[in-house]
Order: sequence, then C-alpha cells, then structure tokens
Amino acid sequence: MAEVKKNEEPRIGVFVCHCGTNIAGSVNIQEVKDYAASLPNVVVSNDYQYMCSTPGQNMIVEAIKEHNLSGVVVAACSPRLHEPTFRNATKTGGLNPFRFEMANIREQNSWVHMHQPEEATKKAKDAIRIAVAKASLLQDLHPKSVPVEKAAMVVGAGVGGMQAALDLANAGIKTYLVEKTPTIGGRMSQLDKTFPTLDCSQCILTPKMVDVYRNENIELLTYTEVEGVEGYIGNFDVTLRKKARGVLTPDEAEARGIVGGGCNGCGDCVDVCPVIKPNPFELGMAPRKAIYIYHPQVVPLIYTIDFDSCVKCGLCVDACGDKKAIDLEMQDELMTVKVGTVILATGYDIFPIEKKPEWGYKNYDNVITSLEFERLICASGPTGGKLIRPSDGATPKRVGFVLCAGSRDNTGVGRPYCSRFCCMYSLKHAHQIIEKIPGAVPYIFYMDIRSFGKMYEEFYYRIQDEGAKFIRGRVANILEDPETKNLYIKAEDTLLGRPVDVEVDMVVLAAAVQPSAETERTRRLFGVSCSQDGWLLEAHPKLNPCGTTTAGVYLAGVCQGPKDIPDTVAQAEGAASAASIPIHKGAVELEPYFAQCIEEKCAGCGLCVNLCPYQALSLVEKNGRKVMQVTEAKCKGCGTCGGFCPGGAIWMQHFATPQIIAQIDAFLLGGEE
Amino acid sequence: MADENWEPKIVAIICNWCSYAGADLAGGARIQYPPDVRAIRVMCTGRIDPLFILKAFQDGADGVLVSGCHFGDCHYLEGNYKAAKRMFLLKTVLKNIGLDDRRLRMTFVSASEGAKWAKVIEDVVNTIRDLGPSPLREFAR
Ligand code: FES
Repeated sequence: MAEVKKNEEPRIGVFVCHCGTNIAGSVNIQEVKDYAASLPNVVVSNDYQYMCSTPGQNMIVEAIKEHNLSGVVVAACSPRLHEPTFRNATKTGGLNPFRFEMANIREQNSWVHMHQPEEATKKAKDAIRIAVAKASLLQDLHPKSVPVEKAAMVVGAGVGGMQAALDLANAGIKTYLVEKTPTIGGRMSQLDKTFPTLDCSQCILTPKMVDVYRNENIELLTYTEVEGVEGYIGNFDVTLRKKARGVLTPDEAEARGIVGGGCNGCGDCVDVCPVIKPNPFELGMAPRKAIYIYHPQVVPLIYTIDFDSCVKCGLCVDACGDKKAIDLEMQDELMTVKVGTVILATGYDIFPIEKKPEWGYKNYDNVITSLEFERLICASGPTGGKLIRPSDGATPKRVGFVLCAGSRDNTGVGRPYCSRFCCMYSLKHAHQIIEKIPGAVPYIFYMDIRSFGKMYEEFYYRIQDEGAKFIRGRVANILEDPETKNLYIKAEDTLLGRPVDVEVDMVVLAAAVQPSAETERTRRLFGVSCSQDGWLLEAHPKLNPCGTTTAGVYLAGVCQGPKDIPDTVAQAEGAASAASIPIHKGAVELEPYFAQCIEEKCAGCGLCVNLCPYQALSLVEKNGRKVMQVTEAKCKGCGTCGGFCPGGAIWMQHFATPQIIAQIDAFLLGGEE
Repeated sequence: MADENWEPKIVAIICNWCSYAGADLAGGARIQYPPDVRAIRVMCTGRIDPLFILKAFQDGADGVLVSGCHFGDCHYLEGNYKAAKRMFLLKTVLKNIGLDDRRLRMTFVSASEGAKWAKVIEDVVNTIRDLGPSPLREFAR
C-alpha cells in the first residue's frame, strides 16, 4: 500500500539557480548553496547561472548518477513555470520524475524582496529546507494515460468560433459548434464595413457561414446552450440544452415522418404573425414578429418562435400548411455529447453606456452607440443604409464621435482597459459619412488614436486627409437643445489648451466592450479563471495565450480580451491547433495526484464519499468490512477527501499528510537560530 | 515578553491554481511585500487538514494564512467552501486553547490578483506583529 518506504535512506541533491541576476541580485547564492549542503539528507549542493539551460539540466542528470540521488530539489523560479522542465531532467537522470521538488526563490522571493538581500537569503534557505523535507519523502508515481475522444466542441459561433470549428473539422475532427442565438455569425454579422480594407463585413463572412453549414465534420447546434460539464481533458461530457425553437428543420420533420416537410425559410409564417417585437439583431431599431429570423442571411435558414411573446394563435401553423414545420408545443431538449477538447469563443457585449449619464445616451434621441451606427449605415439595416438621426429622420451633417466612451476609465463606473478596436472603427465611421453624405463633417474627440495594426496608421492619415476634424480631449458632457434636438459637445482641447463647445446633429459613442453576458456562467461550468475585469484568463499571456489552466479547454477571440477581427481569427486558428493536439495524439497523461485508501486505517465511515465533488470514491466490502475505494480516472487530486478524513486513512499522492507535515516542521523547527 | 530580535514566523498554505498563481504574478510585477511568510503549495485549499494548522501552531508558528480561489472559482468546484467551513471551526478551537483567532486567516486571491496578494501579506504580517510572538513558541521543539 502507499506508505513511505521507511528503510530508504534519502539522498537529495540541491541545485540553486542564479537566473542571471534575477535571483542572484538579491539572494546570496553561495551562502544558500553552502547552507543547503549542511541540511539532513542532502548529499550534494550546487549552483548554476541558468539551471533551465542545457548545461544546468545536465548538471542534474550527472549528479543523479554520480551521487545515486533519491530526490532532486531545484531552487529557482516558480514550479508553475519550470516544474515540467526539471521533472524531465530528473527522468533523464534515471529517477522517477515525481521525485523532484521545486523551491520558488524568484517569483515569491527575489523579485518581491529586491531591496532586502538579507531577508531574501534567509527566506531562500527556509524554502530549500522545506523543499528538501518534502523531497526526502517523495515516491515514485506514474501518470495515468487516458484515451482522448476524437471530437471537439466550440462554444460560440462568431467569426472566432466559426474559424476554430472549421480548422478542427478540416483537420478531420468531429466538431460540435454550439451557439446560443438562432444563427451563427456573431457580432461581425452586425457590422457594415471592416477597417482598414473597407471590405463589406457580411460579404466576407457569409461564405464562411455557409462553409460551416456545409462541413460534414461540423455539427451545428444553434439556439443551444451549455447546461453542464463533467469529466476532464480527453473525456468531457457536456450537457446541452437545445432550446425549443418551435420550428422543425427538414431533417427533424423527416424524423417525425413528415415527408418533404420542415422549414424551407419561405417566411409565409411571418406575414400572418400578429405579434410585433423589437429585433435584437437590429438593436431594437427594427421590428420582428414572434416567429422570426434575425436577418436574410441567417445560417441555418430556419425560423424561430419566441415563445415569450407568442400568443399561440396558430395562424403560422396554417400558413405553413403541408410543410408542417411549426410545432407550438415543442419543449427544450437536453442532450449530452462527449468531446476530447473544448474551445470557448463567447465574445463580447457593449458596455451599458447609459451608466455614464454625462453623454446622455438613452436620454437624448440623437446620441447612439457605434454598433447602432453600424446598423444604420448598413444597406441591410433598418434604414436600408441611409444614415438618419433618430429624432426627426433628417440626414446629419455634423456628427460627433466620442472615443474611449467607458474605456480607459478609472472612475469605477466604466472599464479601465482599452477596448482596442474603437479608434479604428470610428475612423471608418468618419470615412463612411464623408463618403455617403456630401458636405458632412465628422468631429472625432479622442484621447489617443491607437492605430497599431497592419495598414492602420495609413488608414488614419487617409481619414485626416479626407477632412475629419480631430479634437484631442475627453468629452466632459453633452447637452441637448430641446427645440432642435441638436447636441453640444463640451470638452477641453488639450492640444490648444482651451475648452471647446461643438454643435452637432448627432453623436456616436464608441462604447467600451465587456465580456458577453454568458461568459461568467460558461467559464464556471468549464472551470476557467478570469481576470479582474471578467475576461477569460489564458494559461500564460505570452507563452500559452490560447490555453487555460483547465487542461483541454482553450480560448479564442474577444472572450479572452478585446481584439479586432484579424487577431480574433488568428487566435481561433491557434486555439484550434492547440485543441487538436491531444485529439491527434489519442491519449493524454493525467497527473497522478490521486487519492489512495490506507485500508488498515479506514473505518468505512463514508464521509469522504459525499465530500468528493467528482463521485470518485465509493465504499466496498473487503475482508468482511467496508473500506473506501478510489476510481482513479475520476479523481482529479484536489485532496478534499484527504483534508477531512478523521482517521487519516487517505493518502494524497504527492501531497500526502506526512509530506506536508514534514514541510511545516522543516520550516518551524528546522531553521537556524 | 516580545524579545527584541523576534521575527514572526508565518506559514501560508495556498492553492496552486489561484493564490499561488497570484503570488507568482506579484513577483512578475515586482510588487514588494514583507518577507516574513513561507508558502507551502497544495493543489486546493480543500486539501488542508485542520491538523496541518494545529501542527503549525504547535511548532510555534505565530500565524497561519490559508489562501485559495474565490468562491465559485475553485479549480475543483467547491474545495474552498469546505476549507472555509473548516477554518471557521478551527478559529473556535484556537480561541478555546487560548490562542488569538486572528493568528489564523483565510483569504481568497485569484490568479490575476498579484497586488491583492501583496496587500494580504502586508496585512497578515502587520496583524501578527501587533499580536506579538505566539504563546506556544516556548513549548515548540
Ligand atoms: S483550487 Fe484554489 S481553492 Fe480549490
């Protein structure tokens, strides 16, 4: 059974890293190294400039052989960074890789005590003593290899999610693309033109939407939400809620024995539906019926009934006739799919800019957001592409643009970060009004113009040349003339150093973006962390920008932080590549931090069975009495059971009670006086 | 009774996914904080057996900090809830054996809260410095 082998005499090697001057700048390496050599069980202590370099790792390999080590301690950076590196070196030296322990003397020492060399040195000695105590009790462990389901899931079908799904599918992987709205396309399908190329957004997006729809490896699940997640990398069981759409696809109709039936997108139902509601796709600026599609290019072209507003009059059923596509009694359906890896691409929402009352959004008719502007200038939008001001339908000649509306805002009301694409789309908006409305003048109120992308700066110059007026200054407030409904923008021109007051016909707020409403719920289901402002947290900002701390879950697009379309698509392709690796490998290794039952001590009380969040523990009969048994494949190694067992009968591999107690004792009882 | 050269000994038992990562982040950002705390890493605060904390006090620790993920953020769903309950009970035990329960503290620091980690350490060290050495110190070892 799992117990420390008492007869084994531990032989520990300690290796102290200088990390250039990162550690050596505040920790006295020589002193620490000599101290380590004096510790019980330590048979060799050495130091090197960069332990993670090839010569540094070789030093470990050689020492294991030369000194017949039973354990290795490296005092360097965080185990979250280099534990895998040194475990490998330990393995190369012929030891089990889990006989390695790391003392973090950089992130949690030299870098945070830069001006206290004496204390930092003392703390490094303590950290090594603690690590040696644990290393002396470490055991051989063997990761469990589990097969990976040859299927993936992408949550969110905006441009990022679609790209990720296409890449996975084209790499031969069955991919479930889950989208909560009735159509794929996401935010990009609401945009008119894209900067700096001025491509028509729909024109470049629609072919991709069709590709997704046609791809044999993609199972498109629109109007569907994630309801629950169980399992781990390679074996996620995801429960999905297919919301009742009230309309059958041709396939669903066929399954019900209706030959040649199902929705063909004719729209006859819409004509007869008596209920009128605002269309969320048009941000409420156009109506829709209770049975609706968002816009003519939706994929799939299947109507949806909004059961919250449907009065069940049945007129649509009659209009549909023989196709029998409409089922007013349809219920939500739950389904579970098994996938190996998951990509989250849950996108963004617009910050509720009415929270900044000084700009008068929702108070003054002619103050709109940029997304509303996109719909108003778009040929397929509610006005057929004719820009009008909401108060009187007139064509605006003077349009004010307020940049950083709610972004880069440290007042606590807005968002502290830069939303990253507002400068560029505002320049594009300025271009569009100059192009469409003869004599129109855009006034752009900005803090800085951030035009960092490829061909972005050039686009900025172009808009300057076209005659847009740029005023550097944050807009203090906006007032409305109640008669004319014209607006007065008050700001300080910080280049001229004087206040300005500009009369305009209409104001467009480049409102900040924030994580979409579902992001929080979704991330909790998948166990993904977020940063303080709610964006999903990548495993490493530079070296692992698509991964998360949950193995097998990856990120694409704005859900990880504001980014424009090129960056979103690039990250989506990165995430797809990362998510395909375990699937193509066919198996993954799970860290062997499983719970084990020490049967002699187990009283069979079963307390642990209920504590386990993963149903990994059960009670079984053995030799006439009840003992706990662990299903290793289900155990994730949290140790919640081990923290509670009243009899101390649970052995948490690699974090066993004697190992942790040894660490505590080593710190408190083992130090120099 | 505090002798002149007394330096507090504080044990922090912290979870790998949030607080340990938050502490690493504070390092990356070079946020300076007092050097009196030694961290022991566990995968989840749910792993923390009350025994560990009692052992630390028995060994003469002046303070113990337990830090994990925010509620709802635990990498293993609910380990931190269970830990929080245990710490709550343990504080009562500490009071009963005559230890000031401020010597045990549980905090929640996420992987993105480097500055908060530094603040927590500062707070904990200040609290312990105010309380002085643990009365159990002289019985240790
Ligand atoms: S993993 Fe951080 S408290 Fe559970």
